[in-house]
Amino acid sequence: MNYVALKMLFGDRAKYLMLLCGLTFAVMLIVQQGSIFWGLMMWSQASITNLNVPIWVTDPGIAQVDEVKPLADTAVDRVRSLDGVEWAVPLYKGLLRARLATGEYHQITLTGLESATLIGRPAEVQEGRFEDILQPDAVVLDQWAVERMGGPTVVRVGTIFELNDKLARVVAIAKTQKSFTNIPVVYTTYEGAMRYVPRERRILSYVLAKHKDGVPVEDVVQRIRTQTGLGAFTQEDFGFKTYMWVLVNTGIGINFGTTILLGFIVGMAIAGQTFYLFTIENLRQFGALKAMGASSFTLARMILLQAFTVGLTGYGVGIGLATVFGFLTAQGGNLPFAETWQLLLLVLVALLAICLVSASVSIIKLARLEPAIVFR
Amino acid sequence: MNDDSQPAAVRARGIVKSFGTGDTQITVLKGIDLDIYLGELLLLVGESGGGKTTLLSAIAGILDINEGNIDVLGVPLSALPANKRTRFRGQTMGFIYQQFNLLPALTAAENVAVPLLIQNIGRSEALRRARGMLNRVGLPDRTEFLPKNLSGGQQQRVAIARALVNEPRLLICDEPTAALDGPNGQKIMELLREVGRSPDRCVIVVTHDSRIFHFGDRMASLTDGRITNIERIQQEGTA
Repeated sequence: MNYVALKMLFGDRAKYLMLLCGLTFAVMLIVQQGSIFWGLMMWSQASITNLNVPIWVTDPGIAQVDEVKPLADTAVDRVRSLDGVEWAVPLYKGLLRARLATGEYHQITLTGLESATLIGRPAEVQEGRFEDILQPDAVVLDQWAVERMGGPTVVRVGTIFELNDKLARVVAIAKTQKSFTNIPVVYTTYEGAMRYVPRERRILSYVLAKHKDGVPVEDVVQRIRTQTGLGAFTQEDFGFKTYMWVLVNTGIGINFGTTILLGFIVGMAIAGQTFYLFTIENLRQFGALKAMGASSFTLARMILLQAFTVGLTGYGVGIGLATVFGFLTAQGGNLPFAETWQLLLLVLVALLAICLVSASVSIIKLARLEPAIVFR
Repeated sequence: MNDDSQPAAVRARGIVKSFGTGDTQITVLKGIDLDIYLGELLLLVGESGGGKTTLLSAIAGILDINEGNIDVLGVPLSALPANKRTRFRGQTMGFIYQQFNLLPALTAAENVAVPLLIQNIGRSEALRRARGMLNRVGLPDRTEFLPKNLSGGQQQRVAIARALVNEPRLLICDEPTAALDGPNGQKIMELLREVGRSPDRCVIVVTHDSRIFHFGDRMASLTDGRITNIERIQQEGTA
């Protein structure tokens, strides 16, 4: 009877296409919005993932990575002295204004890396050599900084600009993940950063650390917390903390959640209504099948097959369209778009739920259908 | 030729069927006793609203009765649980409807194959048998036509082929000629009479159409929920 079910489904072309469009639209909307949302969440952690170190040590009351609460300089040595710590280095992270030769000002995030190891440096360099950062007045920009500060005609390797009235010379362009705030990132050494930033009693932003091989990172994090009183997080936990902060303190979660929910509801409404209509219009035919000996179970199986066939087709087409959208708009990392398998799995579950609910309404109708309808 | 000495294919006793409750309750069948024999074509006639279709539905086991017993081919239908009754119906009964009730998306052959598919017979075998049956009802060249491309008479022939394809012993027909013109109606009834004359089958036809009365072996009149008359029909060429 599967054959009959599919012929019935494809035979009513108008309704089949309407069902397909409704489900495709729902899937595309959910995947597209979900991918942008997840892309934004990844951007919100860019300051953490771009540095890619296992342990972040900071003030225990910190809310998220961009909210710097400076530490005493001694924090580095206190962390280094703990068992299970392979290494610990200082990091400066703060906002400054850059003044270009054109007279334009741009707010930038200054990132000061420890000069001996350059731990936290970006993995990829587009132009120049990152190691040249050790030269006097040398800074490295990320590609987003070049874009935000006027493009490669204005800012490139060799460009000189001012940071807090002091000279900074671009020696390389690094490639990084775009950040949520999209503020240009300027890398220098920790010592270089001390020269640029106004003098304060506490300058140290973070201590970056690594656990020794064979020692669980969570154990080291816990040890840092208990023995120094500082806040310590694994890279993943700090990323999650930042992600939760963005969710709670911005409208992003509600905005995207509402759109995704709307996609789900619209998809369910269209699919449910069309599918029910499809069943109602074929009620006499279903009654005839029942009279001919088809059990309610057989009819339910037919309805489920129809629902899941159109659902999975809509799933494929919807994902295809969303992927094409992402491919066209997110090229070069300009739009946050992260289509993960977890999201696709979640959408599949949501879609199957839509199909199941839509089919259930029809199945209940058919279960109550008296085959005697065919004689009326 | 059939006679009352043939075994009863359907034996109905004291059938009562009501719809609604309380003041709005209507009793449609008021104690029906009826035997239908193998090898006969029984016409069930009577005024509209007299209970013909309700009785047909009860005999088919697709409508529960309030009182009485119906035995079909020796099986007490009303005592069977719903799923067994459905299976029994699929194995022993065929249906022909006034409005044909063909599945519009299926070809003639696929429509005819449906009862076999319900019985879990493989698609290729079901289609082979369906084409053979369409050949028997005079539609060998219409097997791949959709119902919308067939005339009313051809659609009813497809419906008859569908009703016969699993070789049912009881053929239940509800106004089979109502949607057809005179000549097509006559052809359909000739087919049904041929089926009814098979010694191990019987045909029940609900009809208003007096032009087809002569195709029946017996005629039962149903008025206001009661059988008021059962008469044997004089066949052409018999005394």
